[in-house]
Amino acid sequence: MADAKISSFSLNCPVPRVADDRIVLAHGGGGRLTHQLIEKIFMPAFSNDMLEQRHDGAVLAVNGSRLAFTTDSFVVRPLIFPGGTIGDLAVFGTVNDLAMCGARPLYLSAGFILEEGLEMETLRTVVASMQEAAAKANVRLVTGDTKVVDKGKGDGVFVNTSGIGLIEANVKGTIGPASVQPGDAVIVSGDLGRHGIAILSVREGLEFESPILSDTDCVWPAVEALLNAGVEVHCLRDLTRGGLATTLNEIAGDRNICIYLEESLIPVEETVQSACEILGLDPLYVANEGRFAVFVPAAQADAALEVVKRIPVSSGSVRVGRVEDSPGRTVVLQSRIGGNRVVDMLSGEQLPRIC
Amino acid sequence: MKFLSEYRDQKAAEQLAGAIRRKVTRPWTIMEICGGQTHTIVKSGLEDLLPREISLVHGPGCPVCVTPIELIDKAVAIAKRPDVIFCSFGDMLRVPGSTKSLFDVKAEGADVRIVYSPLDALKLAKANPEKQVVFFAVGFETTAPANAMAAWQADHDGIENFSLLVSHVLVPPAMEALLSSENCVVQGFLAAGHVCTIMGFEEYFPIAAKYTVPIVVTGFEPLDILDGILMTVAQLEEGRHEVENQYARAVRREGNRPAQKTIAEVFEVTPREWRGLGEIPASGFQLRGRFQKYDANRRFPFTGIPAHESPDCISGLILQGIKKPHECPAFAVKCTPENPLGAPMVSSEGACAAYYHYGRRQNQLVQPELSGSASR
Repeated sequence: MADAKISSFSLNCPVPRVADDRIVLAHGGGGRLTHQLIEKIFMPAFSNDMLEQRHDGAVLAVNGSRLAFTTDSFVVRPLIFPGGTIGDLAVFGTVNDLAMCGARPLYLSAGFILEEGLEMETLRTVVASMQEAAAKANVRLVTGDTKVVDKGKGDGVFVNTSGIGLIEANVKGTIGPASVQPGDAVIVSGDLGRHGIAILSVREGLEFESPILSDTDCVWPAVEALLNAGVEVHCLRDLTRGGLATTLNEIAGDRNICIYLEESLIPVEETVQSACEILGLDPLYVANEGRFAVFVPAAQADAALEVVKRIPVSSGSVRVGRVEDSPGRTVVLQSRIGGNRVVDMLSGEQLPRIC
Repeated sequence: MKFLSEYRDQKAAEQLAGAIRRKVTRPWTIMEICGGQTHTIVKSGLEDLLPREISLVHGPGCPVCVTPIELIDKAVAIAKRPDVIFCSFGDMLRVPGSTKSLFDVKAEGADVRIVYSPLDALKLAKANPEKQVVFFAVGFETTAPANAMAAWQADHDGIENFSLLVSHVLVPPAMEALLSSENCVVQGFLAAGHVCTIMGFEEYFPIAAKYTVPIVVTGFEPLDILDGILMTVAQLEEGRHEVENQYARAVRREGNRPAQKTIAEVFEVTPREWRGLGEIPASGFQLRGRFQKYDANRRFPFTGIPAHESPDCISGLILQGIKKPHECPAFAVKCTPENPLGAPMVSSEGACAAYYHYGRRQNQLVQPELSGSASR
């Protein structure tokens, strides 16, 4: 190639092997690969009408009442991070999934997978934070299990929690993507990206002028207030793994609709935004643990905002967008400078850029 | 921290776009060199604001895109060794080599780590004296000082279990290569602001003169880019071909002299293979003199199968600005970020990935969900 002329560039590219014969980290990232895993491996094996709802939890009719049932596993590293621990994440994560079904969280199970050599003090801290979180969320931990694996086969503590909640009598119809309508307003319950950046800052040893704390919290009080106020809630989604962008893409894809966002309205704290700029990350894709999006009829958006802003966990709520009356399975964002772009689903882990 | 909102102001953007519209009398093709600029253009939907006469083409300034496949294969081979901790910036991990990416070998058990600075890799070397720690030193002039400093520091501290797999590339020779190509469509350049913070912009004067092409050193925020386009268009319309500095808040004519000194101490200029473009003379850095002992190429002789590239992807045309990503038949059909046929689909700075993720051209909404179904 040394004597290659500029006018005869070799215009080539490789055809790589598709990485579908092994699990990679991105399969757990909540983006496209996670969805492929669900569609190709889990759905064919387990498909039924309740799974087909593709909601955060299953809704079960039992003797005239409706129960919500959900499960979640927690593998976060570090176990203790600014603003929380794996323990409160495990409680709030499952409680919030129930809340997203419009269900009052009642009972939890907890399964612990502990790694040989884990310091007892760490476990105590994790359990204490679980206890506190359960008290705050007003749920009882009613059954559990413990396993210990060899050193090197776990990451300190893995926790699984499952939860049961009661769907409130004032919930009419189904809260979920199927109820989203063109014209709906999209409200997010506070500033985005704090959990993901709090974790990353510890994991990567990044220090900021003021520490960024995880937003891990129970969002049921906000949902309860909406329901009690009689707001017609169409859909609720917590903005965990994959952040707002992934959540909205899932809904846009499920319902063949277009969701329109305005970048200038999306709340992101300055420290989080700065961290994202430095790392080359997009806060729209960063995980939250105490934030949700709610779809309500446009006519009720102001009333809904007024209600949720009075609740501490959702006091920073903002109306950020709307559902367009056009098909397209896309999320479109009007940037600050007035251009439009598609906010796509993430194809793998968000990776820090070189420069 | 400031500069988050000042350079993304809608009113100011409209004013600049208005000024560009008033200035333009005929079609112009302008290349932004740097992938970071491409990212901003696509992410902010900046082309929506431009008059039809302005065509932006996306240059080769994405280190992920231009790092040759042979080097990815080498990185993969080194990373697979049980005695090695392989460190890289995040977005190199997904780049496909001949058969595997660094992510693939990580999934198979290789110790591959994402770091934010080569000095972090050096720390790892100190903490793991029984391991060989290798840093994948890719990038343009922007990342060269930090990489040079890692080698310098290793030498200073007498650390022996550390090495660099170097694939540094330089902007001005690539610009010359593009300009001397008979296919060249570029009439003006937005030079890469961050490269110039290090190197300054004196080396662009002879290029502007020789090829009669305006070169405007430009920043990375939406307003920077609009301003850079305005300055370039003004030159084109007025028949000027000068080097101008839009990014004066960060770039000085002479650049960062101490950084240049460190680079010169550790690196020497070398011919370099560019993925999709071929070899360009004097277009890269390699370790020099006493720092060659930190060259991973020497430490881990590569005996793999020669790399092969398939003709399915038109990334060479993309990187030269001759074609746009959505003009590639494979775009969003055979080639997606999950299954990239070429490097520009990998990094968020790559033109193809930028189009895919944020994909919107004037009056043409790319619909990945529909067109991408063939690969799923």
